[in-house]
Amino acid sequence: MAFESLSEKLSRIFKKIKGQARLTESNMEDMLKEIRVALLEADVNYKVVKEFTNNIREKAVGQEVLTKLNPGQMLVKIVNDELVELLGSTDSEIHYQKNRPTIIMMVGLQGSGKTTTAGKLAYLMKNKLHKKVLLAAGDVYRPAAIEQLDTLAKSVGVDIVNLGTSVSPVEISKKAKEKAFNEHYDVLIIDTAGRLQIDEQLMQELNDIKDNVEPDEILLLIDAMAGQDAVNVANTFNQRLTLTGAVMSKLDGDARGGAALSIKHMTGVPIKFSGVGEKVTDLDIFHPDRMADRILGMGDVLTLVEKAQEEIDEKEAKKTVNKMMSGKFDLDDMLSQMKQVQKLGSLGGLLKLIPGMPKITPEQTEMAEREMRNVEVLINSMTKEERKHPEILKYSRKMRIANGSGKNVADLNRMLKKYEQMKEAMKKMEAYRKSGKMPPGGLGGMGLGL
Amino acid sequence: MGLISFLKSKFKKKDTTVDTYSQGMEKSRKNFSNKLSNLSRRYQSVNQEYFEELEQILIESDVGINLTLRIIDEVLDESKREKITDPTKINEILVDKMFVDYASKGDIINELSFKEGIPTVLLVVGVNGVGKTTTIAKLANRYKEQGKKVLLVAADTFRAGAIEQLTIWAERLKVGIVTGAMEADPASVAYDGMKKAKEMGADLVIVDTAGRLQTKNNLMAELAKIKRVIGKEIEGAPQETFLIIDATTGQNGVIQAKAFAEVTNLTGVVITKMDGTSKGGIILAIRDEIGVPVRFIGLGEKMSDLMEFDLDKYLYGLCVEEE
Ligand SMILES: Nc1nc2c(ncn2[C@@H]2O[C@H](COP(=O)(O)OP(=O)(O)O)[C@@H](O)[C@H]2O)c(=O)[nH]1
Ligand SMILES: [Mg+2]
Repeated sequence: MAFESLSEKLSRIFKKIKGQARLTESNMEDMLKEIRVALLEADVNYKVVKEFTNNIREKAVGQEVLTKLNPGQMLVKIVNDELVELLGSTDSEIHYQKNRPTIIMMVGLQGSGKTTTAGKLAYLMKNKLHKKVLLAAGDVYRPAAIEQLDTLAKSVGVDIVNLGTSVSPVEISKKAKEKAFNEHYDVLIIDTAGRLQIDEQLMQELNDIKDNVEPDEILLLIDAMAGQDAVNVANTFNQRLTLTGAVMSKLDGDARGGAALSIKHMTGVPIKFSGVGEKVTDLDIFHPDRMADRILGMGDVLTLVEKAQEEIDEKEAKKTVNKMMSGKFDLDDMLSQMKQVQKLGSLGGLLKLIPGMPKITPEQTEMAEREMRNVEVLINSMTKEERKHPEILKYSRKMRIANGSGKNVADLNRMLKKYEQMKEAMKKMEAYRKSGKMPPGGLGGMGLGL
Repeated sequence: MGLISFLKSKFKKKDTTVDTYSQGMEKSRKNFSNKLSNLSRRYQSVNQEYFEELEQILIESDVGINLTLRIIDEVLDESKREKITDPTKINEILVDKMFVDYASKGDIINELSFKEGIPTVLLVVGVNGVGKTTTIAKLANRYKEQGKKVLLVAADTFRAGAIEQLTIWAERLKVGIVTGAMEADPASVAYDGMKKAKEMGADLVIVDTAGRLQTKNNLMAELAKIKRVIGKEIEGAPQETFLIIDATTGQNGVIQAKAFAEVTNLTGVVITKMDGTSKGGIILAIRDEIGVPVRFIGLGEKMSDLMEFDLDKYLYGLCVEEE
């Protein structure tokens, strides 16, 4: 996840400061220095960092933090407020036109993710918002860029305007607009070739497209791995085209994304989406306030809840959770819970959203998922009675189940042990939840096999 | 003789100075003025503020806070020790420090080397969209012009349009190419590539791979497998593995280099898109922390837009302002 490292660093800094009985000017300076390094390591723009630390210093002095009873906490709050301020606190959505197609234009540097994101937006709009989407293949320069969009259009199941590479991008865009209007599409997404902000000729081409099709949205792609120059890039694109938003791509790596985050502050252009993988489904709506929480290490609980709601049968989930927490947890519950988790996609991704969770490697995730499949096969070979009361499982029953599932008794025993551990863990978890703390070692330390 | 040219003569094995480098950088340095000399003009003698501005120049070039602080500290020390306050001299110390830091990490020969009878295999790796495929086309062009028999291997079977992209380049370059089906195991395409290379007696085989973020362990394992398969077919291959880094990359570049170095035997970095920025300071941090040297730089989208890396000119360019 993009901000893991920054948030880890900040929470370490905060821990230190919170632990201090008295806050002096000098240990506040130390903290500011550490925050500065952490932000710069995360590629937050140099000027933004300077302003950020100055603001914190000023506010801390202004509010006489040093004389307060709990100065550390006060300071943390100030940092948090500043961060929210920096990221912006309101979501920025795409505004859809009611009576005519909404036209979206994708722009950005080479390799920033325009084409992939065009495909992802098409997927999101078609499947989640039930829009009739048309793509336009306007990157006539990079070899096979059109084939790439064509393949994406097919896999998403939307139409595409593909006029080959011998027609100018302006012409392609105009034709696409005509088609979108005549055939009543809800959305037209125009892909354009990557270009450098200093390439006068190609920048002018974007202006020409803009003048000809009058897009409702012009979205700039910014790579989460980008460095200090990203702000200048965004500035130039914005001055030329008046951007309506930015999309942060490749946020699924371990880049800290500080440069992309500086853009809102430096240019006023809000981030509207973030790309979190290579598949067409891997696009999220960007919530700046949640991102601030995430940076400060509070975990993106809201995202988790939303994701869960989207994928999980809520009643079913609640039932399982309640049962789990109360310790009345049988094998059916274990299976149903595992299935729910499986539905959420990668278990690793889910756990990452929970604050305080340890890092989980893809291997561990894969192992856990393989384990789940084993469990499923075994439980499916049991009778209802056996699932409700696993304690009745003696040798002959075990033999039967093992044979029926193509596993052996040792596998079954291992699974039953896991079940016991899980039951135990859930009880502990509930106790911890009540006390408001996370268990040492997180879930991994609780025998979930992670 | 200035310190830089002295060091250069000391560290450089071959004279590889290419004037085209400056031409290539022209785009980004029109109306240039040297940041450093600008800076020194504004100051009679250096003070705290001067060093802060130096720090800003390096950080804004993505050199990274840690390396920056260390270099500035060293310059500060030396200036105190030698009682130097002349900004121009300070700048010289700064550039020298960076030069020595980089050069002292080992000798570098930029060009690929060739052995009679055994194909040189170059594996090209990197994260998504950095310019791997384009760089491969440029390298193929370079060595074809040097009279080498070049074969391309399209082992990016994942990204839509990737195979077509390399195929188009192979046609333009009139060099051979081995492809597989979309979604095919890239290691098996690499295997076919090696077979074909031996059959045709290729001098250079360049293997394109799908972009992968270094955090995706399964994809990194896939890369290790590609490398293994190549080694099984041709002994000692891949002799070269280039990591492609986009010049706009921030501090994640070091993490990328570290991760790719763990699964492959990185022998060089190619920094692309230097036509858009003269910065790319992350390569200094990569050299500093991982030791991998830059071998070539990409300066555009055409197949001729590739130059050998020249440290001296690069450091000069780093301190050039774009206006
Ligand atoms: N301006 C510029 N663009 C480049 C350079 N190298 C690659 N590109 C562009 O970057 C984009 C991604 O390149 P590609 O080779 O497909 O990247 P890959 O995904 O790593 O294989 C394409 O639009 C290329 O034309 C360069 O040196 N300068
Ligand atoms: Mg490629």
